[in-house]
Amino acid sequence: MTVFDSIFYIFAIITLVSAMVTVFAKNIVYSAFALLFTFFGVAGLYVLLNADFLAITQILVYVGGILILMLFGVMLTNRVTNIDIRSGSAARIPVGIVVLGLLVALGMIIFQTHWITYKDAPWTSSIWNKDAVSASLTEFAKQQGSEGTAVTIGKLMMTDYLLPFEIVSVVLLIALIGAAMIARREPDPVEEV
Amino acid sequence: MSVGLNHFLIVSAVLFVLGLFAMLTRKNAIAVLMGIELILNAANINFIAFSRYGGVNMGGQMSAIFVIVIAAAEAAVALAIVINIYKNFQSVNVSEVDKLRD
Repeated sequence: MTVFDSIFYIFAIITLVSAMVTVFAKNIVYSAFALLFTFFGVAGLYVLLNADFLAITQILVYVGGILILMLFGVMLTNRVTNIDIRSGSAARIPVGIVVLGLLVALGMIIFQTHWITYKDAPWTSSIWNKDAVSASLTEFAKQQGSEGTAVTIGKLMMTDYLLPFEIVSVVLLIALIGAAMIARREPDPVEEV
Repeated sequence: MSVGLNHFLIVSAVLFVLGLFAMLTRKNAIAVLMGIELILNAANINFIAFSRYGGVNMGGQMSAIFVIVIAAAEAAVALAIVINIYKNFQSVNVSEVDKLRD
């Protein structure tokens, strides 16, 4: 077992165990804190997959933004005087059966499909020269290793992915305005007069 | 068996199934949102795993960035809606919210 493998297993266990705590904990605050560890574990998996920029983004956006938002939601929607911050669950057994069936189906799909990874991709043998491809792969890996993925992502964002980038920025603006509109406190009619 | 594409896909499948379970069984609206976040993370792991093992390209990572952005927008709007529901119903139990208007 290489170092890569053991690090993968550590992060996978962190991710899955804390995801289970998120799903099965009775107290919603425990769920929120377990979600924190899930996001960190997923960020670790991103690093293992050569996605360093995305790992940082994951921690900044999910842990720094979404999770804090969720904790605020928990605090604002539970009466503090009332100890009842537990949340029940419904129809666990039938949903559990369906979901386990789905997991088995997904596992079968994953293991029975012959995924073409780049080690055995057709171009490495027939179309292109094998040495040239492996040389370009090492070149790519070297480039990735020296400057990370942030430079590549920045270039792509301003060239190939310019339209999605602009659309997503408009979506964010709309979501910002919409969330502020929806959550705004209604003005008191007595004060208005 | 050294770690390869399959391992990441399995982690992502388990994460997806857990998120689906949370979405379908939890009664607290915020816990349902947490399930949705788990599902989006599972999708992101798939995107990045295929980006890494599928060849020399960055398409998967770019898609994952857009997924993160959409997830942030979705969480903001959904929590605003949940807070409004709490104002009207004094509860965030999704099975008690059954009126469109008073």
